[in-house]
Amino acid sequence: MSADTEQVAALTGLDNLESGPAGPAKRSPGEVGGRIWRALWPKVLAVAIVLALWQLVYAAKVKPHDILPGPGQVFPDLWSQLTHGQLWHAIGTTLRRAVIGFALALVIGTLVGLLVARVPPVRAAVGSMITGLQTIPSVVWIPFAIILFGNNTPAILFMVIITAAPSIANGLIAGVDFTPPLLVRAGKSMGLRRFGLYRDLVMPAALPPYVAGLKQGWAFAWHGLFAGELLVIVPNSPSLGVLLSSDQDQTDMAGVISIMIVILVLGITVDILFNRLNESIRRRRGLSPSPSSSTGRGWRLVTGVAR
Amino acid sequence: MSPSDQSSTLNGQGPSTSPAPAGATGPAGGAEDLRPGREGTAGAAIQITDVTKAFGKGRSATVALGGVSLSVAPGEFVCLIGASGCGKSTLLSLVAGLEAPTSGTVSSGGRRVAFMFQEPALFPWFTAAQNVALPLKANGVGRRERRERVRDLLASVHLGGFADRRPHELSGGMRQRVALARALAQDAEVLLMDEPFGALDAMTRDLLHELLEGIWRRQGFSVLFVTHEVREAVRLGDRVVLLSSRPGRVLEEFDIGIERPRGIDSGQTVERAMQIKAQLNEEVMRHVG
Repeated sequence: MSADTEQVAALTGLDNLESGPAGPAKRSPGEVGGRIWRALWPKVLAVAIVLALWQLVYAAKVKPHDILPGPGQVFPDLWSQLTHGQLWHAIGTTLRRAVIGFALALVIGTLVGLLVARVPPVRAAVGSMITGLQTIPSVVWIPFAIILFGNNTPAILFMVIITAAPSIANGLIAGVDFTPPLLVRAGKSMGLRRFGLYRDLVMPAALPPYVAGLKQGWAFAWHGLFAGELLVIVPNSPSLGVLLSSDQDQTDMAGVISIMIVILVLGITVDILFNRLNESIRRRRGLSPSPSSSTGRGWRLVTGVAR
Repeated sequence: MSPSDQSSTLNGQGPSTSPAPAGATGPAGGAEDLRPGREGTAGAAIQITDVTKAFGKGRSATVALGGVSLSVAPGEFVCLIGASGCGKSTLLSLVAGLEAPTSGTVSSGGRRVAFMFQEPALFPWFTAAQNVALPLKANGVGRRERRERVRDLLASVHLGGFADRRPHELSGGMRQRVALARALAQDAEVLLMDEPFGALDAMTRDLLHELLEGIWRRQGFSVLFVTHEVREAVRLGDRVVLLSSRPGRVLEEFDIGIERPRGIDSGQTVERAMQIKAQLNEEVMRHVG
């Protein structure tokens, strides 16, 4: 019996030497503040430099002031638009289309991706076509969409789907293809079959490339969406694209730049969400350089501090 | 060792003979009782009969196994050693049913077979406990019972306090212990181990030898253990089987009569290992020319 206890003691000693501390360390409020500041100052500086250059070009009067307004004209214009309802209404319309279109692209892209990944004839037939679809510039689809759906919201949704779905499908295919063969062997040898094999092995293994595909798909969807909103004229529905075209018609450059800033900010926000999702997956699997170990269960989407 | 001589004509013939699934019962008894000191094969936990395995087809085929016959008795601990290219790992894959033999039969008599690899092969998205729970889940064990069994299994490899850690938070030895617990969770009567401790430092490996030996003696399953380290084989095995290389055949079998518990550095172990190693060297030298 004593040999047994000795063995346990030796193992425990080695374990304690070889494994890190349990759970992430608690951070004091000061530390959190420091982290936020470290993450923020380069971005603040970058924005300040861009604004300064812009002001410089404006002051040098490279172009007439009404053609190329400075920050001093654009930001008041943006502020006044933000305090009136129309811009928010337009943001709502555009985001609603983005979300619905992307959700549909998610379903279609995932189904197609699964089929291609698992059914060899389907892969032979359409595998390379998916990448081909991605190379078609989004505006090329406009005449096709307008003739098929008319000047209507479905035409714009079609633009989102056709641009986003190929990336999503490709991400999933890459993920399934990169499932480590050793884990497949291990899974099969312990009796995982069909559904279980997918739920516990293939899907989790495919998740990182799939999320990368979603992120890329979102970027493409954003392209397709604005190509659609600028060129498919849907009557009586003010969207960001409609505001942009009407500012163009009135040669209102301050308005145009304001809307572009809004579009940029929305794009960055969604990108941050995707990065957060990515980071949380990497951290759970020990792929992130961050030393803090995560023992929590759920996706750390909302709780973490921006880095 | 005569039963391995029939396969020399296999080269260039390709995989043509009917592959037998691992669950099928091989021809029991009869021609296979050639080895002295072995009981009849009817009650064997693993029965490997005249197995050949070729990869590729036609002239370019490489023959990994050239007529291997081997049986492992219930509760027996058998170590397979041999130089690279002797098809040790291939043999385990055949027993596990992950691959089919080109000819011959492999049978575990319907016994459940668990497999442990050189790498822990844990799923990185699951915690230690979730990894151990996987085979239970695959076998339809209920949630509550699963939780209890996972706790017991982790305790049996002395990892009770690490249930919620993910693989990347554990050391190599700890990961291999989780993999052992996961293999034990399969309630297998046969445990196949493919150099499971090959990547570990000596101290950890010694401790895991003790751990494995203890669990094996308590539970009484059969073990087929592949290693390239002769001393490890002598430390653990009831019997050590030496395979030849290219193609792999059973060259020699050694009964290790040393009383347990054994030490890997004890005089008896070292001495026995040196005898076996001499033969292994002979086999390697055969491939110098």
